[in-house]
Amino acid sequence: MSNKSLYGEQIIYLSKHPKNFRPIENAHCMCEGANPLCGDRVTVYVNVGDDGTLEDVAFQGSGCAICMASASMMTTAVKGKKRAEAERLFDEFHRLVKGELDPARDEHRLGKLTMFENVSHYPVRVKCASLPWHALHNALENKGAASTE
Amino acid sequence: MTAQAALATPSSTLDAVALRADFPTLRRMINGHPLVYLDSAATSQKPQVVIDRMSQFYAEEYSTVRRSIHLLSAKATQAYEGARRTVAQLLNAPETRQIVFTKGATEGINLVAHGYGRKFVGEGDEIIISATEHHANIVPWQMLCEEKGAHLRVIPVNDRGELILEAYEKLLTDRTKLVAVGHVSNALGTIHPVEEIIQMAHAQGAPVLVDGAQAAPHMPVDVQALNCDFYVFSGHKACGPTGIGVLYGKAEWLERMNPFLGGGDMIETVTFEKTTYAPIPHKFEAGTPAIAEVIGLGTAIEYLRNIGLEAIAAYEHELLDQATARLASIPGVTIIGTARRKAAIISFTIDGIHPHDIGTLLDQEGVAIRAGHHCAQPVMARYGLPATARASFAFYNLPSEIEALGAAIEKTIAVFAL
Repeated sequence: MSNKSLYGEQIIYLSKHPKNFRPIENAHCMCEGANPLCGDRVTVYVNVGDDGTLEDVAFQGSGCAICMASASMMTTAVKGKKRAEAERLFDEFHRLVKGELDPARDEHRLGKLTMFENVSHYPVRVKCASLPWHALHNALENKGAASTE
Repeated sequence: MTAQAALATPSSTLDAVALRADFPTLRRMINGHPLVYLDSAATSQKPQVVIDRMSQFYAEEYSTVRRSIHLLSAKATQAYEGARRTVAQLLNAPETRQIVFTKGATEGINLVAHGYGRKFVGEGDEIIISATEHHANIVPWQMLCEEKGAHLRVIPVNDRGELILEAYEKLLTDRTKLVAVGHVSNALGTIHPVEEIIQMAHAQGAPVLVDGAQAAPHMPVDVQALNCDFYVFSGHKACGPTGIGVLYGKAEWLERMNPFLGGGDMIETVTFEKTTYAPIPHKFEAGTPAIAEVIGLGTAIEYLRNIGLEAIAAYEHELLDQATARLASIPGVTIIGTARRKAAIISFTIDGIHPHDIGTLLDQEGVAIRAGHHCAQPVMARYGLPATARASFAFYNLPSEIEALGAAIEKTIAVFAL
């Protein structure tokens, strides 16, 4: 595999063993994200505390390895963060996978999310990585559905 | 290896190695590997003669058709109508005027939904399609049914991907105003028994449209032997350019149908009070047509006919058998669509690996396949799948490319075997 490979071991592992893969009963916010062209489907559940902290974030659904691993990493990354911080991470992540943010040169707080850096070499897969984030964003905005089409 | 050895000896009358030299794209390297193009069901590659013919037309012969009286226009009209004759020969249409140029198979179906459907389909009437249709042969009929208060009926499919004709027979009633079925399923590869389907429909007095997008480029098609009322296909899947397709129709229907688009060239006389329409096929060809594309399509069809549609079908069937055996030998691979009569299209899944991941990992090995729902979501739903990977073959594919596909699938499975 080349060093521009999309599929790092961590991504494949998480796609098979995603974290926070469960529903949240009576979640404060939830949103189903769908990618009609490829059939990826992710429902994101969020509980938000009085101070705006994302106290619990979980997801369910089915999709490709990139989508599943991204959803898993997203829930881990935003849990315990304030809503504004989560939205900032979404912005940085979106720019990362579109190739507009170079994690080696640009300032960012992505941490382990940089494992999705190589998605930028696969333009057709950007929507796979970003689908869970769109769902999270829309859940927080109280919109019922998200789509990357 | 035996299958490969058998193919290596010229049991077919077709020399795929030599024919590949006609296709410049097939010489490309993809991600450091020679391109293995297994996506011809989506669109076929183009031979140099088609590219050259269109360039030559633009560079040396370009003019409009059927309007102007100067020499270039007369020559362009000759070339344009010559391509219509070539298409008529391909389909064995009784008359050249039964060939209408469209943007593609999709537009051909929409033309019939509009021109036939709006005139002859009313409230409570029924249109029958099959469970394996491409969206292009579902949505226009749904739109028509919605507009007219008509109903869509669907011929079910068995687990192998074959239409259940006993169920079809029960769907046929005096309310049936049209049957629209694919000749070959783009998602499963099934060759449907269109001869029988047409006979049964005609026994009920219903005309039949056959969507030949996956058939016309890959096997001999004889619209008179089929006795179909309409047959559509796309140029770009038949080694021709994009943006051009064909509708064959029985003259008795085409003449009675409403025009599709209004405009120049489709008229006889126009006053502000009334317009009379041109005779077929021009009634259905409003506006300046895709002249270069029609001429390019004509060249593409001549190219296919020189190879021979019988030879193409026989060779592609050998590829299908070999690829089916190769894929079936890989643990974890499931072939979706196992009809007894199949064209060279193989939909498959791999346990635990999403089709899009298969598509990306195969692409890294230079192997181009389609991954997704193949614009046939109801078929995917029938088999309980969001998507499949699909390898589709043409006469320019080689047995060695099937081995490359097999090896790339095995590598994909290894990458995911954490």
